[in-house]
Amino acid sequence: MKPRQRVVLLALAAAGLSALATTLPAQNPTPVPLLLRGPTPLDQIAPAPRMTPMRNTSEKEVRNYPEQPPVIPHTIEGYQVDLNGNKCLSCHARSRTGESQAPMISITHFMDRDGQLLATISPRRFFCTACHVPQHEAKAPVPNDFVDIDTLLARSAPGGVRR
Amino acid sequence: MSTAESPERSSFWKRAYRFGWELWEVLRRPSSVFSLGVLVLGGFVAGIIFWGGFNTALELTNTEQFCTSCHEMRTNVFEELKSTVHFTNRSGVRASCPDCHVPHDWTHKIARKMQASKEVWGHIFGTISTREKFLDHRLELAMHEWARLKANDSLECRNCHSAVSMDITKQAPRAADAHQRFLFTGQKTCIDCHKGIAHRLPDMRGVPGWQ
Repeated sequence: MKPRQRVVLLALAAAGLSALATTLPAQNPTPVPLLLRGPTPLDQIAPAPRMTPMRNTSEKEVRNYPEQPPVIPHTIEGYQVDLNGNKCLSCHARSRTGESQAPMISITHFMDRDGQLLATISPRRFFCTACHVPQHEAKAPVPNDFVDIDTLLARSAPGGVRR
Repeated sequence: MSTAESPERSSFWKRAYRFGWELWEVLRRPSSVFSLGVLVLGGFVAGIIFWGGFNTALELTNTEQFCTSCHEMRTNVFEELKSTVHFTNRSGVRASCPDCHVPHDWTHKIARKMQASKEVWGHIFGTISTREKFLDHRLELAMHEWARLKANDSLECRNCHSAVSMDITKQAPRAADAHQRFLFTGQKTCIDCHKGIAHRLPDMRGVPGWQ
């Protein structure tokens, strides 16, 4: 094969490959559903996903890490939390827990920013939903491979399962 | 001027007095023109018209449209109701103003309507004619409603929500537990826990059950 012929053949092969590459995504849209926005093209707006119901079991949920603000295991629809009142405290305030059997707000919530304990809830901790949120019965679009510290410690312990 | 007017005025009062006396003279004597049948039947028909008209007019004042014809109601409490479950919900049943604020049976309804004459006074003199004035009075107004519902054992709530028809297996665990412990035992009535379900709340400091 002459060098000249080789160059022509190479150019033809390159042109064929590039043509294949440009036609491939149109024919086979498999990688697209992996995107969070679904198969809708970028210049169009996808239909909104269905609203999912709130988790309403009232069962305490395990924290993922010690400092996590506990999630709210019930609906809080229509609960007024503003300057006039705080519906959450109707059950979770210290004096209300006897009747409601709800967990009392943490004593850390009585502290001001200097660590000084106040007689009642600190103003900076008044707006519960700044940290505590209710949960939807929704499947996470992205899987989470977070491993908490207890699992890590157990793995390194003599009887731990090393995975 | 007053000397020129005074004989006219006195003659008017004299004429009015004479007319009243003559009317009384007619009314106190038995009729000599109309038969007993006409009087009885006529009275019966007039009674139906007056009674029906009275109740129709009463019911006209018992509608959401009538309540929200005043800007005090329309721009304050009605706007707040719109975002709550008593306005829109999955089954499409709406509780309108009188469902919660006017008793359904006649005697109590009339009593409430007579009380409401004070609200007409408030409207005429603009007691809550602005949002600021309304917010200033909100605690007092809310306390009237809480006191009324407490005194009648949440009668207006129970027109729709009865403890007997309440299926607690369909309720969330929290609700089922609270209703079993406090509602079914009669320890508490609806309004004790369910304040602010249809309108925004006033300053709740000092209100039992609130911080």
